[in-house]
Amino acid sequence: MTQLLLFNITNGLIIGAFYVLMALGLSLILNLSNVINFAHGGFLVLGGYLAYTITPYVGFWGALVFAPPLIALVGLAVERTLIKPLYGRDPLYSLLLTFGLAFVIEDGTRFIWGAQGKPVTVPAILAQPLSDELFFITGYRLFMVATVAVAVAALFVLLRFTRLGIRIRAGTLDLETVSALGINVGRLRAMNFGVGIYLAGLSGVLAAGQLGLEPTMGTGLLMPSFIAIIVGGVGSLTGTLLGGLLIGVASGITAVFLPAASEAIMYVLMAVILMIRPRGLLGEEGMMT
Amino acid sequence: MNTNDATKPGRRKILTAAAGAAALQIAPPWIISARGEQPLRIGMVDPLTGVYAAVAQNEVMGAKLAVEQINAKGGILGRPIELMVEDSANDVGTGVQKARKLIERDQVSFLIGDVNSGIAQAISQVSNEKGILHIVSGGHTDTITGSDCKWNVYRVCNTTSMEANAVAELLFTKYGKKWHFITPDYAFGHTLQKAAAADLQKLGGTITGNELTPLGTTDFSAYLIKARAAKPDVLLVLPQGSDMVNCLKQIAQFGMEKQLHVAGLQQELESLEAMPPEARVGIWMFEWYWKQQGVPGVDKFVADIRKMNNGKVPTARHWFGYTSVHTLAGIANREKTIDSRKLAQALGGYELPPEVKLQPNKCYYRKGDHQLMTSAFVGEALGKPAGDPEDLFRVDSVVAGDKTAPAENQTGCNIKWPA
Amino acid sequence: MIVSADNRKLAGLATIWIVLALAPYWMAPLGGYTALGTRILVLGLAAMSVNFLLGFTGVLSFGHAAYFGLGAYGAGFALKFLAPSTPLALVCGMLLGGIAGAALGALIARRRGVYFAMVTIAFGQVFYYIAFQWSSVTGGDDGLRNFSRQPLHFGSATIDILGNANAFYYFVLVCVALAVGVMGFILRSPFGRTMIAIRENERRARFLGIPVDRHIWLAFTLSCFFMAFAGALYALVNNFADPRGLHYSQSGDFVMMAVMGGMRRFWGPLLGAAIFVVLQDYLSSVTVNWMSFVGVIFIAIVLFFPRGLLGVLQRRSEA
Repeated sequence: MTQLLLFNITNGLIIGAFYVLMALGLSLILNLSNVINFAHGGFLVLGGYLAYTITPYVGFWGALVFAPPLIALVGLAVERTLIKPLYGRDPLYSLLLTFGLAFVIEDGTRFIWGAQGKPVTVPAILAQPLSDELFFITGYRLFMVATVAVAVAALFVLLRFTRLGIRIRAGTLDLETVSALGINVGRLRAMNFGVGIYLAGLSGVLAAGQLGLEPTMGTGLLMPSFIAIIVGGVGSLTGTLLGGLLIGVASGITAVFLPAASEAIMYVLMAVILMIRPRGLLGEEGMMT
Repeated sequence: MNTNDATKPGRRKILTAAAGAAALQIAPPWIISARGEQPLRIGMVDPLTGVYAAVAQNEVMGAKLAVEQINAKGGILGRPIELMVEDSANDVGTGVQKARKLIERDQVSFLIGDVNSGIAQAISQVSNEKGILHIVSGGHTDTITGSDCKWNVYRVCNTTSMEANAVAELLFTKYGKKWHFITPDYAFGHTLQKAAAADLQKLGGTITGNELTPLGTTDFSAYLIKARAAKPDVLLVLPQGSDMVNCLKQIAQFGMEKQLHVAGLQQELESLEAMPPEARVGIWMFEWYWKQQGVPGVDKFVADIRKMNNGKVPTARHWFGYTSVHTLAGIANREKTIDSRKLAQALGGYELPPEVKLQPNKCYYRKGDHQLMTSAFVGEALGKPAGDPEDLFRVDSVVAGDKTAPAENQTGCNIKWPA
Repeated sequence: MIVSADNRKLAGLATIWIVLALAPYWMAPLGGYTALGTRILVLGLAAMSVNFLLGFTGVLSFGHAAYFGLGAYGAGFALKFLAPSTPLALVCGMLLGGIAGAALGALIARRRGVYFAMVTIAFGQVFYYIAFQWSSVTGGDDGLRNFSRQPLHFGSATIDILGNANAFYYFVLVCVALAVGVMGFILRSPFGRTMIAIRENERRARFLGIPVDRHIWLAFTLSCFFMAFAGALYALVNNFADPRGLHYSQSGDFVMMAVMGGMRRFWGPLLGAAIFVVLQDYLSSVTVNWMSFVGVIFIAIVLFFPRGLLGVLQRRSEA
C-alpha cells in the first residue's frame, strides 16, 4: 500500500510538471495582457504536429529545439495582427477572439494533417522504464520533468535578471506606470505573448511523445492548466507552479483510493481553496482586478 | 494530403431562397415519387468533426463509393441516389437537429448514422417518430438492437457483446485465466466489460480488477500501476480512439507488454495507424479487415477505396458505410418499393450478396433484433507491418456473426410494430 | 417625418412578435424548417439570459452553459423519474439550474473581470464534469435518455406537442415570451436600473450606497434561473440531455450570440442566436471545414463589429 502510494505521488508530480508547463504560458499572458488564451491548447497541438512533420528531417531532438520557437513566431504574428487591437477593450473581446481562433486552429490542423491521429516515436533511449521496480518512471517521463524544470528555471531567471523580464514583472503589477516610464508596452506584450506561446509549443512537442497526436488533443489539456492557475492564484507565476504540482499530486493520490475521482479531485481542490483563500494560494489583493 | 476532397459531405446545391427551388423543398413526397428522374435521397448523420472525425469520414467515404456503384447500375427503382451528409459534430443536440432537417426539409427516404452510440440512439428516436428506415452504421452499444430496439432501426456494426464473445475464448485458452480490465467509464465501456466478464466467468476464470477510466483520460499511469500490482495474466484494454492510443503508448513505454499479455476487444485500423510500432501489441478483434485471401470482391473494394483515399486501404468504417447504403438499395430494389415499413419488415433475414458482404461467412440481418450477423476478425496487432505498410493486423480466425451474437431472446429486444 | 420614439418602439415590438408568430409559415419556403425555428427560440432565450448579466450588469460569465445544461437535466429527471408532465419538467429544470447558480454566485460574486470569467469557467466545468462522470445517474457521455415531452392538458383539451412540430413551436414561443416578459419587467424595475448603474460605473454605484456585491449576486442568480429555463426547454426539444450542453464551449457560443446581435440591446441576443444557428446549420451542411468559417466569423465580429448587428444598425440610423 505505502509503495503504491509512493508510486502514485511520484507519478502525480510527473503529471503535475506537465500541467505547470502549459499553465505557465497561459498565466504569463493572462497576467500581463489580461487575455484568457483559449487558443493555448490549439498552439500546443500545432507544436506537436509541427514536431511530427519535421522529425523525419531533424530528428526528435531537432524537433524539440526548432518546433517551439517556430510556434512562438506564429503566436507573435497572431498577437500583432489579431490581439493587439483589443488591448484597450473589455477583456470579453480578446476572450472571444481566442475562442474563435481555437476553432480555426483545430479545423486547420484537421485540414492539413487529416482527422486521423499521427504516430510519434520517441528516441529509443527514452522509451525504457528505469527499472523493473520503477517501471512507471520511464526515460521519457524523467526527460519531460527535466525539460519542464529547465524551462521553468529559465523562465524565472528571465523574469528576475533580464531587462525584459523585470519589465514584464513590473507590467504585471502596474502597467500604467511602466508605460509612463517610457517603456514600449506594445513590444513588451508581444514578447511576453511570444514566450507564453513558446511554452505552449514546447508542451505540444513533449505531449506528442506521450499521448496520441490528434487535432482535438488540446481541449482536454486546457482545463487542468486553468485550474492550476486558479488554485495557485491569478497573478502569481510561483502560484501557478505550485498549483500545477498540487493538482497533479492530488490526482495521483486519489487514484490509489478512488480512481474514478482522480480528475474530479482537481475541481474539489479548487472549490475548497477558493472558499478558504478566495484569491488562490499565492494570489494577493490587488494583483488582478 | 487532402483527405478533405474525398470526404466532403454531399455537395449541396447552394440553397437559394428562389421561389422555384423553394417549391421543390416543400413539395409533398407523393409528388416527388411520381417523377421517376427525381433523385432518391438518403440522409447520413455522422460526427465529421470532433474526436470521431477520422472514423466518421471513412464511413462517409464508403457510403459514397456504394452510391456511385449503385447509380452506375440504375440507382434505386430507376432513380439515382443522392447522399446528403450532415455533421453531427459529436453533439447530441446537433445530431437530432440534423436528423430532423434531413427528414423534414430534405425529405430523405432513409437515414444512416451515427458513430457515437448516444447520438445514434437519440436520432433513432427521431427516425422512429417519423417512420423512416434507419441504419445505424457505427454505434456499438448493445441497447440499440437490444432493450431500446425499434421496428425501423437496423444495425451494421457489431454489438459490444458480439465483440466480447468473439475474443474471450481465444484469450482464455491462449493467454490465461486471470484478467484485469481497463474500462472507459461510459455505457459502451460498461457493456463491453460486462460482456467480457460474463464470458470469463463461464470459462471459469477470475477478474483481478476493473479500472474505470474517464472518457478523455490522457494519463493512464495511475491505472496501469494498479493493474500491474494485481499481477493478472491478461490486461484487457477497452477504451477506444485516442484514449486507447494513449493507453497503449503508455503500456509500451512502461514495458508492461513484456510482463503480461495485452489484449482488448474492438480494435480499428485508424487507431493502429495512429500508434508508434512499439505500441501496436496484443490480441484483438477487427470488425472487418482489408486483407482476405480468396474472398470474392475484396480486392476490387480495396482498389476502389484506394482510388478515393489517396492510396490508403479501406477500414472497417469504410465497409460500414458501404454496407449501409448497399443494404438500403438492395432491399428496395428487391421489394420494388421505398416504403420504410415494408422494407423494414423485408430486411429481417435479408442476406447480403457476396459483393457487399466481403467476408467468407454468411452475413444477414437477424429478424428478432435487427442486428447484422457479421463476422469477427480475430488476430494480433503487428508492430512491424507484413508487407504493405498498412497491413498492421494478422487475422487468425474469422468467426461468423451468429456464433458471437447472443441468442435473439437474450438481447432484451422486443420489436413493436406500429398498428 | 415625426414618429415618436414610443411609437417606433411599439412598432418594433409588434414586428418582432409577428415575425416570430408566423415563423412556421415563412421559414419553410425560405429553406428552413420548423425545428430550426424552435432551436433558435430556445438558444435565443439562453443568449438573452447570458446578456442579462453581461450586457446589463457588465459581468462576464463564461460558464453559463452549466446552468443551461443543469436545466436540461432537471427537466429530464422530472420526466423520467417524477411524473410525465411537461410543466413540472420546466419547473424542475429551472429550479435545479437556478439554485445551483445561486449557490455558486454567492461564492464568486465579489470577483470581477477576467478573474470572474476564469472562475465561472472552472465552476461551469465542475458541473460538466459531474454530468459526464456520474453515469449511473446522468447517463454520462451517452446522455440522459428515454424520456419525452408530454402532451399538454387543459381540462378536457389536449395539445399534442410531441408529434406536431408546429404545436411545439408555439408552445416554446409562449414559454419564451413569458420569460422575456419577466426579463423586460425586471430590467425596467428599480433593480434593473441599479444593474445598469453598476455596469456604467461600479465605484459610483458603491458610493451611492448600492450593495454592489449583493446586486451582482442577485443578477447572476436571476440570469441562471432564466438560463435553466431555456435549458429545460432544450431538453424538451431534443427529448434528451447530455453533458455537452454544459461545456464551456457552449458558454462561448452563447456569449458570441449576444455579442453578434448586440449585447447592449435587449433583443440583440435573439437576433444573434438566429444568425448563429442558421449560419452554423447552413455552413456545416456545405463544408466539413465549417469550424474554420465560424471561427473566422467570430474573429471578424470581435475586430470589426464589436457592437453587434443591432449596435451597428442603431448607429447608422443615428448618424
